[in-house]
Amino acid sequence: MEIDAKGMYYKELNEKIRKAVESGINEITLRNINGQKYIGAGLQDNDLNLKINGVPGNDLAAFMDGPSIDVGTNVQDAVGNTMNSGKITIEGNAGDVLGHSMRGGNIYVKGDAGYRVGIHMKAYKTFFPVMIIGGSVEDYIGEYMAGGLIIVLGIGKKGNGVAGNYIGTGMHGGEVYIRGPVKNHQLGKGVKICNLKDRDLNILKKYLKKYSQIFSIDLNLNMVQEFTKLIPKSHRPYEKIYTY
Amino acid sequence: MVDEKDTHDMYLYPEYSIIKDDEKCTKCKKCIEQCSFGVFDHNSVKDKIIINKSKCVACHRCISVCPVEALGIKKSELDFRQNSRWEEEYIKDIYKQAKSGSALLSGMGCDKQSIDYFKRIVLNASQVTNPSIDPLREPMELKTYIGRKPDKLDIEKDNDNYKLDTQIPPQLELEIPIMFAAMSFGSISYSAHISLARAAKESGIYYNTGEGGLHEDLYDYGDNTIVQVASGRFGVHKDYLEAGEGIEIKIGQGAKPGIGGHLTGEKISEEVSRTRMIPQETDALSPAPHHDIYSIEDLRQLIYALKETTEYNKPVGVKIAAVHNSSPISSGIVRAGADFVVIDGSGGGTGAAPKTIRDNVGIPTPLAIASVDERLREEGIRQKTSLIASGGIRSSSDAIKAIALGADAVYIGTAALVAMGCRICQQCHTGKCSWGIATQNPELTDRLNPEIGSKRLVNMLRAWSLEFKEVLGGMGINAIESLKGNRDQLRGINLNKVDLEVLGIKSAGEAW
Repeated sequence: MEIDAKGMYYKELNEKIRKAVESGINEITLRNINGQKYIGAGLQDNDLNLKINGVPGNDLAAFMDGPSIDVGTNVQDAVGNTMNSGKITIEGNAGDVLGHSMRGGNIYVKGDAGYRVGIHMKAYKTFFPVMIIGGSVEDYIGEYMAGGLIIVLGIGKKGNGVAGNYIGTGMHGGEVYIRGPVKNHQLGKGVKICNLKDRDLNILKKYLKKYSQIFSIDLNLNMVQEFTKLIPKSHRPYEKIYTY
Repeated sequence: MVDEKDTHDMYLYPEYSIIKDDEKCTKCKKCIEQCSFGVFDHNSVKDKIIINKSKCVACHRCISVCPVEALGIKKSELDFRQNSRWEEEYIKDIYKQAKSGSALLSGMGCDKQSIDYFKRIVLNASQVTNPSIDPLREPMELKTYIGRKPDKLDIEKDNDNYKLDTQIPPQLELEIPIMFAAMSFGSISYSAHISLARAAKESGIYYNTGEGGLHEDLYDYGDNTIVQVASGRFGVHKDYLEAGEGIEIKIGQGAKPGIGGHLTGEKISEEVSRTRMIPQETDALSPAPHHDIYSIEDLRQLIYALKETTEYNKPVGVKIAAVHNSSPISSGIVRAGADFVVIDGSGGGTGAAPKTIRDNVGIPTPLAIASVDERLREEGIRQKTSLIASGGIRSSSDAIKAIALGADAVYIGTAALVAMGCRICQQCHTGKCSWGIATQNPELTDRLNPEIGSKRLVNMLRAWSLEFKEVLGGMGINAIESLKGNRDQLRGINLNKVDLEVLGIKSAGEAW
């Protein structure tokens, strides 16, 4: 099914999508999307595939639980906000606050992502969020992160341009892999660099293969050696700040 | 050489003394078994009950369970040299900080108030000119609705019938203008949560999940539930958002404005872990801000993300702590689309808050409610939202004064816990609550029987509604809605001119 969203307000558009999903349609292509917010918000259908032509607005797939969304170009802010499960592929760049508080599902970005990526991502039992960004990210990635996995590939980036500063401040769970060196001044409080082990290389290989398939690109898997792994110093970073 | 630990402990001193009547005491050891703070022990050689009074927090559990009434608790007989500047609390706090190097943590709300505004406001009654109403014989309406009201009503005439042609936004229907404030499963026990849920259902009101998700057993009480979305987004997902009748975005809390929350790993039991959807025994950290909300525009985005997710079927509200700029902030919140705004003033409770924040940040509930109500009226947007007063409401009279100052309804948290047996011993942050309320220890939570807990809550609500009716009747008012923002019914005693102006009330002695 196709929906032409030209000039359509987000409320009407999202209502149309919900109605289509309710009627059992699970392949929907949205055309002429131009900044409509909340597309896919709260949708729960595991079989649903949503193809988006044009740039969707903020909070794409907020609270989403199951569906797959493919975006042919860039996305704006807060994509995958508090998402539970599902998959989002973005052919272009992503804005700020990508995958905020995301609990499960996967987000793949071909280009760059903005500030505050993966803040307070968390994992629980079978819920394990994974986010892979092909290019670079700005400041505050992984702040307050409690679980899950973020990989930044830095494709086409050189030097320190792959990630910004204040990485993983308050991080108390999960793992972040950034390709290339990460300087100490880039690290937030509570996060440390640790050496890559075989387990890490295997994880990276697994996800890089997946990423290559998704975007039909050829990634040299030898690059897994070039990553810097960041983990929290403690699962309870604020354990000793209070007394009574 | 003196041991360092001993030196540190030497400066601390017991706050309470236990009085034990040895003639009455049968050494049944019930006090040992019931004291969760470890005050009592038994020396089997001497067959003697040993008392470690420094551990006593005055929770009264031992007194309540002692079968022979042999126990009493008294404030410790330790007087510091008189000094009105260096009060005992300052000294004691420094001792604790010098020992630990840590910030002080406390439970419950602020326990000091320079001025108790609720106490300095009095209510009116009818005499001669506007006869009072006898609530025993006349109908009294306490029902109210929480949610956005339309700016105007379109009525269509169809022959001789009139029908409403305006779609009314979703509303929460309250039989009495009281709701149970957000208290998360984690900060309080399962027994306390289900007691609140059952009482809300029976009394036709709502309880609030707090930010710890919704326990699977409590989905059945969805019709009487407001689900909360806070910065940690613990247990927040589509089914959770759909489970309640309303959604509340928590920005701030009166007991700790401007900061987040840390539920320590010790309180993340298996069930709390499942409900919050986070691993067991890690700390649950709620950031101070929502990292997707740095502006009113961002707040609007979350409000509408929630409305889209729940298909515009539920009112979405926003809770903020009462601070200096609450009124312009509330104006922004209403314009951002909030169907209700909760103003949580100082005095509001908490499971744990840094003491210095609890005691020094934020403004009293009555001043905040009055100024927010006034601002929204001035701007002509009061009808677009419902206003809920929260923080430090202890009685039906506090509640009714808050409503007359402009609130549509009130939230009660601590008062509800008191109905379930809380003694305000302020130890919620320790997780050792001996009454089974603010703890996850199964031995302790079993002490609160949800059937009795909910019954006591229902009773308290009934008592408050009877009192509401009597007070309203006395004023010659027969519906709570007619009291809302009706500040003519209030007068201030011993308040200065600016206080009276902010409250929008006259001084006692000034006629209409």
